[in-house]
Order: sequence, then C-alpha cells, then structure tokens
Amino acid sequence: MKILAVCGMGFGSSMMLKMTVELVLKELNQVADVETADFSTAASLPADLIVTNAEFAKQLDDGSKPVIAIDNIADSQEVKEKLIGFIG
Amino acid sequence: MKLNEEVIRVGQLASGWEEAVKQCGQLLIENGNVEARYVHAMVDNVHTLGAYIVIAPGVALPHARPEDGVLQQGISVSVLQEPVSFFSDKEAIVFIGLAAQDKVMHLHLLKAVAEVIGDSEKLAHLKKARTVREVQQLFDKESG
Repeated sequence: MKILAVCGMGFGSSMMLKMTVELVLKELNQVADVETADFSTAASLPADLIVTNAEFAKQLDDGSKPVIAIDNIADSQEVKEKLIGFIG
Repeated sequence: MKLNEEVIRVGQLASGWEEAVKQCGQLLIENGNVEARYVHAMVDNVHTLGAYIVIAPGVALPHARPEDGVLQQGISVSVLQEPVSFFSDKEAIVFIGLAAQDKVMHLHLLKAVAEVIGDSEKLAHLKKARTVREVQQLFDKESG
C-alpha cells in the first residue's frame, strides 16, 4: 500500500504528516509506503491513499482514490481515527 | 529542543496573517537563519498556495524552500496576542517559522514541533503562553 502525504511544497507539513502517519501505522502494526509530495505533482503520482489538509483534499479528490483531510497533522489520535478504515 | 529566547516572541499584535508571517520571519533573519528574501518567499507561498500552512487548529508553519535564502536551519515561534485570520475560515495565533536546509536535515525540527502541537495539553498551553520562558519549556522535552 502506498500513502501520499501532500502539502504545498512537499517538505514542510507533508513531512510532519508523514511522521504522524508512520507513527500510527506502527501503533496499528501495519506496513505501508509513505511518501511526501507537493500539491502540484500529487495528482499525477501513483498512490492508494492521499492524506493532506482540508483545502488540498477538496482539490485532489477526483474520485480516483480516497483522500483524507486532516485538521491537526501532528495529532496521531485524529490521524489514526481517520486512517483506520482504509488500512489493514 | 532548546530554543534560545531570541527566536521567541509572545504577545505581539499583527494586523493580519501577512504581518504575522513577517514577524516570525524577522526573528529568523535576526537569528541568522535566513536572508531577507526568504521572508518574502514565505509570504508569496501563502498567496500562491493558500492557507495550507495552518497545520493544526490555531497554528501556522510559514516556510519557503531552502534555495529561497536559508543560511542555517532553525525555527522561530511567535505567539500573538490575538489570532489573525487567513482568507477563509482559518485562523492562527501561533506562528512557527521554519527554515529548512534540505528535506532530511530538518526532521528533528519538525519532530520537536510535532511533539508540542500533537499534544492537546501542550498545544493549549502554547496558544495561551504569555512569557518566552513558557514557550521554551514547552519545546524543551526534558522539562516537559
């Protein structure tokens, strides 16, 4: 499974989100590839799931893959609750 | 992570998000982390990409690219007196300026920030911080 963490430039908040997602995967005993991407290239990259903020989620949700919007990208509890239906 | 007091401000007033971003950018300039053009790039990024720098309720992480004028990586923290709003429904009272030199080297900075804003008690405390010392203590893991 490949999860794409997306932010504006691909190395600030997406990096932080990637860390939170990896933490949650570990807690859930799940394995997945988590990569970061900037908003402009995210839509063209292969992924099973996209995690990002509310604004980008709206724009990236073209129906081709699930897109999850996160309010607090460092909050592992929120990320866990939103991810849980998609993994495992 | 130990933050020196030069990169922290509390209780400043800002007329809007742009001034708030410039204030936390100014701290990075004064601390020798970035050139002045980096702060312009921080502002431009919000104009181009929107309020995505609001990474948690009430918290913004303004930053630009390493090639926009980063001299030495680091962060600055500004806790405003009142929240400022971004274009739509988003607002922030905490502005954390990030100067990253490359994709990998700044991970410990992001981790230190995540440890504070991912913890609801610490985050609530940070938003209400009224002294530089309080902010330092929140980021200094050893003192909790």
